[in-house]
Formats: sequence, structure tokens, C-alpha cells
Amino acid sequence: MIPEIGHFALILALCVAVVQGSLPIYGAAVGSSTLMSVAKPAARGQFLLVLLAFCCLGYAFAAKDFSVLYVAATSNSQLPLHYRIAAIWGAHEGSLLLWVFILSIWMVAVSFFSTHLPEAMRARILGVMGLVSVGFLLFMLTVSNPFERLIPAAFDGRDLNPLLQDPGMVIHPPMLYMGYVGFSVAFSFAIAALLGGTLDAAWARWSRPWTTVAWCFLTVGVAMGSGWAYYELGWGGWWFWDPVENASFMPWLAGTALIHSLAVTDKRGGFKAWSVLLAILAFSLSLLGTFLVRSGVLTSVHAFATDPKRGLFILVFLAVVIGGSLVLYAWRAPRVGLGGGFSIISREGMLLANNVLLVAALGSVLLGTLYPLFLDALDLGKISVGPPYFDTVFVPLMTPAIFLMGIGPLAQWKKTSLPELATRLRWAFAVSIVTALALPFTLGHWTPLVSLGLLLAIWIVTTAAVDLRERLAHADGSSLLGRLAAMPRSYWGMVLAHCGVALFIVGVTMVKGFEVEQDLRMNVGQTATIGGYTFQFDGTQQYKGPNYIAARGTFRVSQDGRDVTVMYPEKRRYTVQNQTMTEAAISPGFARDLYVSLGEPLDDGAWSVRLYHKPFVDWIWGGCLIMALGGILAVSDRRYRLAWRRKEADVPAATQMARQTVS
Amino acid sequence: MKPRHKRFILIGLGLIALAVASMLVLNAFQSNLVFFFTPTQVANAEVPKGRGFRIGGMVENGSLTREGDGLTVHFVVTDLAKRVPVTFKGILPDLFKEGKGVVAQGQLGADGTFLASEVLAKHDENYMPPEAADALAKAKTAGAQSSSTLVVNPR
Repeated sequence: MIPEIGHFALILALCVAVVQGSLPIYGAAVGSSTLMSVAKPAARGQFLLVLLAFCCLGYAFAAKDFSVLYVAATSNSQLPLHYRIAAIWGAHEGSLLLWVFILSIWMVAVSFFSTHLPEAMRARILGVMGLVSVGFLLFMLTVSNPFERLIPAAFDGRDLNPLLQDPGMVIHPPMLYMGYVGFSVAFSFAIAALLGGTLDAAWARWSRPWTTVAWCFLTVGVAMGSGWAYYELGWGGWWFWDPVENASFMPWLAGTALIHSLAVTDKRGGFKAWSVLLAILAFSLSLLGTFLVRSGVLTSVHAFATDPKRGLFILVFLAVVIGGSLVLYAWRAPRVGLGGGFSIISREGMLLANNVLLVAALGSVLLGTLYPLFLDALDLGKISVGPPYFDTVFVPLMTPAIFLMGIGPLAQWKKTSLPELATRLRWAFAVSIVTALALPFTLGHWTPLVSLGLLLAIWIVTTAAVDLRERLAHADGSSLLGRLAAMPRSYWGMVLAHCGVALFIVGVTMVKGFEVEQDLRMNVGQTATIGGYTFQFDGTQQYKGPNYIAARGTFRVSQDGRDVTVMYPEKRRYTVQNQTMTEAAISPGFARDLYVSLGEPLDDGAWSVRLYHKPFVDWIWGGCLIMALGGILAVSDRRYRLAWRRKEADVPAATQMARQTVS
Repeated sequence: MKPRHKRFILIGLGLIALAVASMLVLNAFQSNLVFFFTPTQVANAEVPKGRGFRIGGMVENGSLTREGDGLTVHFVVTDLAKRVPVTFKGILPDLFKEGKGVVAQGQLGADGTFLASEVLAKHDENYMPPEAADALAKAKTAGAQSSSTLVVNPR
């Protein structure tokens, strides 16, 4: 009964979504206030209906209702409750429900925080989001219904994939989807602007906080996925350039370009058409990412052949969304205009270069991800694109982008003088070069890539320091603290996010340059030393978990005769799917991680063992979190809060106020 | 400088940057493509010499042996028509099992043994090396995959 209620709620939600996607947009076109006012209650009603459906599916999982096909396929009576709940988004159908649920959350958020928007604008935004929702609800109801019954009911479920039975996997998909779907708001803003034909600085100021919040979620989501791969897969890598990862990374690149482009649109009225295009791109890639990962096409393109309706729907939906918005763009963008002119050497110029580089990087990832799929789909042979491709492409593309990241904030809008910039930055440059060249020697060994990485990281930090000093010198206020506090939060947000990038680069560089890895056979009582740490293997013990049995190894770690820690890596066998899982033991630290994972049991209680010493690896995710924090800080800037309060956009005043603020 | 000249310079710079970037990308792309071959193709000597490639198929039942160091393993990859012996030094992924699909990357040695530098497992919850899928599909028809709890395959 409960699943049928969920199913019915989805059907009702579809009806509401159709209304929400048609009447308000039509109303905005003909200027009917009555029709436009439908948008808000429709969005909220749809939220309640999808929430109901979501709860119904959650209940089916909690109550172990194995007469629901999806529940039987992704959970098991032995599975602990929290993983049964997380199993809602453990596979295709439930992920789509989560997607729609999050979309409805964003819609409700827009309906509450859009009182300052002109009514037509709000109606169009909610209308476009309603249309997106129609697509997803139709997809679920026609070809991937999570409430489909299984008659007769299964005796027990097939269990959630053991890889996903992990706290990281419980929160990673919702975070990622908050980011993916968050871009639908930026997308809807863009489409609404194209429909309305008005695109000004106020438009950019409205869409900026939404875009930044979505970007923050996406940043955390991608970082969590990477962290999960690091500790759950048991072989110590944090990024594999796997299509699944690329699918989440591409919208991130587009989103990063978008928040920088929106800054120009907001402050200078420039890059208008470009911002709109990026908003379309970011959302299109989010859609592509959702489907790439969840449709099974990556596992095998021929997965489509087993369920052609599903594949066809996805292709048609992508074509309608991407093609439709691009056609609209081509038709209306000339009306939007390009915005003011600027010199090549100016902050706009540098942000443009940053955008071009990010989009080029995006293009290269897209090529490497989709090309093998195309070849396979056309039966032209099977190939794969190795991680070295992405590494070789990324370093040269990102190096100039990060170099510009240091200069950009110091450059003036419109036109800046290159010699003057060079003078202001000469110390930052000298300090970066000297440190980057000298530091690797003190750390042990010098390679060009380590130096380059450190150079970029130090460059970001030193240029930020120079910038801050200059701003403080020009700021009003007597005490240093007062002047620091007078800096707008959006500025601090930018500085913080950029420093997050620096931390990230330090992490990547140090891990790539200095990590030590050893695979070896260890007998009971045997020791091995890597990176100055001595690992003693004390054998393994059997124990029984809720839905698995495990061998747990004991490793005593010491450094210079002092005990550091004891580590317990596990090898688990999940009984339902008879799948073996490595649970690595990690001893995290500020400057290093120790990482032990069990390979296979050998004779006499010996095991093959993998030992890692990974310097600064946690800085990779720490850097990402700080980037996201920077984004949150920027969003909390008072100029946006002022914008919330202002009923009508007062562009000249706002521009004047914004003159001193950055990014 | 007239605005027109400025625009030309801007466009010129853009084109040069684009050309350099595409060259870089395509060059890297070309040299990092890894081709896939089946054991039959390996047996027919259709594989490139001196360049790495991937092979895929099933790990033959009972073919896995381990050397005394506990790390070097030997197994046979088969597409049920031809067999290729593989040597790998390192820890095998969790999803590696006899009778299951596998993909290995490496080079063909002089004696016809495939020297794998990597045995692949991807972190997709429906893991099935796509390249090995064909071989596995055949295997499935030969011996039905059975599990008491396996009710339906939703995919």
C-alpha cells in the first residue's frame, strides 16, 4: 500500500510540474499576473508530493518490503538500517528520485528567497525548473519506477553493493546532487533571462549566490567521492580519471568558469552572453553526469541495448534540454548583448583567459571520457584513455590559469598597466621562485614537477598577501583589526577559496613527489619500514560483522623506537553477494597519512600487504573544503543580503557600492 | 592602436592559444590511447609490438598460482576460444576471481606470456569490465549464474 501511495504521489507531482512548467511561463509572456502567481504554490506543492514519495520509498526500505523490486535489488534483511536508508540512492531508480527530491528542495528555496525578483522573472525561473522536473518525473514513471512491485515478493534482498556500505557513500551522492541540481537554478535564471530578453548586472547579482552555493556543494561532493575512493578501494589512489569521476568533475569545471564569469557580469556588465552559455553548459554537464553514472552506459554501452526505451529517453531528454536551450540561446543571445569593452590586459581579460583555460580543460576531459564510448557504440573497437593523458593535458592548461589567479585580483577592471603590475608583484614572484626551487632540496629530492607545484601554491598565497596589504593600506579605519573587518566578506571568500586551491596543489604535489608505496609478503611478527615508520604485523583474527565476516590484521607502527599507533586493516567478505572487500586502515596526520591494506591470505598466517606513506595527502580534501568554505563566506556578503531586502533592483546604487568590492 | 587592430590581436592570440591547446591535447590523446584485444586476437598475433595494450576475458578456473614471494601471480585469461597466460606482480583487486571477468593492461613478453602492469577493477557498483562483458555473456549461457537470493536482474 505504502509504495502505491509513493507512486501516486509521483504521478500527482508530475501533474503539478506540468502546470508549473507551462502556466507561469505563458503568464510571463502575456503579462498575466494571475497565471504567474501559480508558480510559487506549485513549486511548494510539488516539493511536498516528492517528499511524500521519498518517504514512502524510505519506509519500504526501513520495513524491508521486498515486494518492491528496487528494495529487493539493493538491500537485504541483514543490512543495518542506516545503510538501508542510504540504499534509496544506491542504484539507478532511487538516484533519480533523489535527484527530483533535491530539485524540489531547490525550487522551494527559490520560491522563498526570490521575493526581491520581478514577478515575471520568478515565474519564468520556477517554470523552467518545473519543466526540468517534468522530464525527470516522466523518465521515472515510464521506464525507471522505483516503486515497481515484484510479485511474488522476494524472500530476501540482493543486498547493497558492499562498496557502498560506507558512511562516506551515505552523504556523497546527496552532496553531489545538491551541486548538480543546484546548477539547474543558474540554468533556469539563464533561460529566464533569454526568454525575457533582459540580462543586466542585477540578473548576475541574483544568480551569483545560487551558483556559488551549488558550486560549494559540488566541490564538497567531488572531494568526498575522491576521499571515498581513497579509503574504500584499498589502493591508496585519490583520483583515477575514471569516467565516473570525470562525470562529476566536468560540471565542476564549468561551474568554476561560471562563477568567475558571473563576477564580471555583475561588476562590469560584461561577458553576458558567455555567462548564459556557461550556465547552460554547467547544467547540461550535470545532466550528462547523472545519466552517465546511473544509466549503466559506462559499464557497457550495450546496457542501453538491454533496455532501449531507457536509453532512448535519456538521449531524447538530453537533446531536448541541451539542444532546446542552445537554440533559444542562438535566437535570443544577440538581444542580450555582449557588455562593455575592455583592454586585453585588465581584470576582465585575465578572467576571460581563466575561463578559456577552464573550458579547454573541460573539453579535454570530455573528449577523453566520451570518445571511447562513441567508438564502442559504433562498434569501431574498444579503447581506453589512460590517466597519463589527463595528467599531460591538465598540468600545462592549469599552470597559466593558476598563474593568472595570482595576478587577477590585483589587476584593475577595464585596463591595467603591465609594468606597474610587475613592480607590485616582484617580491611575491621572487619569494615564490626561490622557495619553490629550494624547498624540494630540503625535503629530499628535486624534480621539476614538485618545484612547479610548490611554485604555483606559494604564488597564490604570496600574491594574495600582497593584495591584502595593498587593500589594507587604502582602507579607511584606524586600527588594523578595524580595517581587516571592513573588507567585504566576498573578498575574504575569494582569498579563502584561492588559498584552498593552493592547499590542494600542495597536497597533490607532495603526494605525487614523495609518496612511498610497498607491496610485500608479511609473515606474522615480521616488520617492514617505509618513510621512517616501522610496521610490525601481528597476524589476523576472524570476526563477524552484521552482514559480513572479516579477517582483521593488527599492525603496530613505531617511529625511532617510539610507538606511534596500532592499525587494523580488514578483509571482509559480504555473505549475500559473496563479494570480498578491502577495508584499509588509515592513520591520518597533518603532514602524512599511513595507509595499510590487506591483500590476500598466504600460507602460515602470512598475508600480502600494501603499505603506504603519503605525505600531505589530507591537504587535497582539506583544500577542497576550504574552497567550499570560501564560497559560503562569499555568499554571506552583505551586498547579497541587501539585494534580498531590496524589492526592486537598484542597479546604479548597487554598482557604486560594489565598486570597492572584489570578485 | 585602433580598436579594430586590437580586436585582430585578440582574435589572433585566441586562435594561437586554441591551436596550441588542441595540438597538446590531441598529441597526448594519441599517445595515451590504450587498445583492447581479445585472447583470440593475441593468439592470431594481431597485437602491436612494443606497445602496451589491454586484454580481457575470463580468468580460467583453477589457473591461478602464486609464487613464494606471495606477490607474483600467474593466471590464464580466456575468451573460451583461446588462452593467454598472464603474469602480474602485486596485489590483485578484490573483484578479481577465478571464473569472473578481468581486464589486464601490460605488454606481451617474448615467450607469449602477457606481463601485466595493472589488473583493473573500477569502483562502479555494477562492476563488470566492459571489455570482458562479451566473454562473460557467453560464459553465462554455458553455466547459469545462480544465487539463492538472486531474484531478478533489474537491469
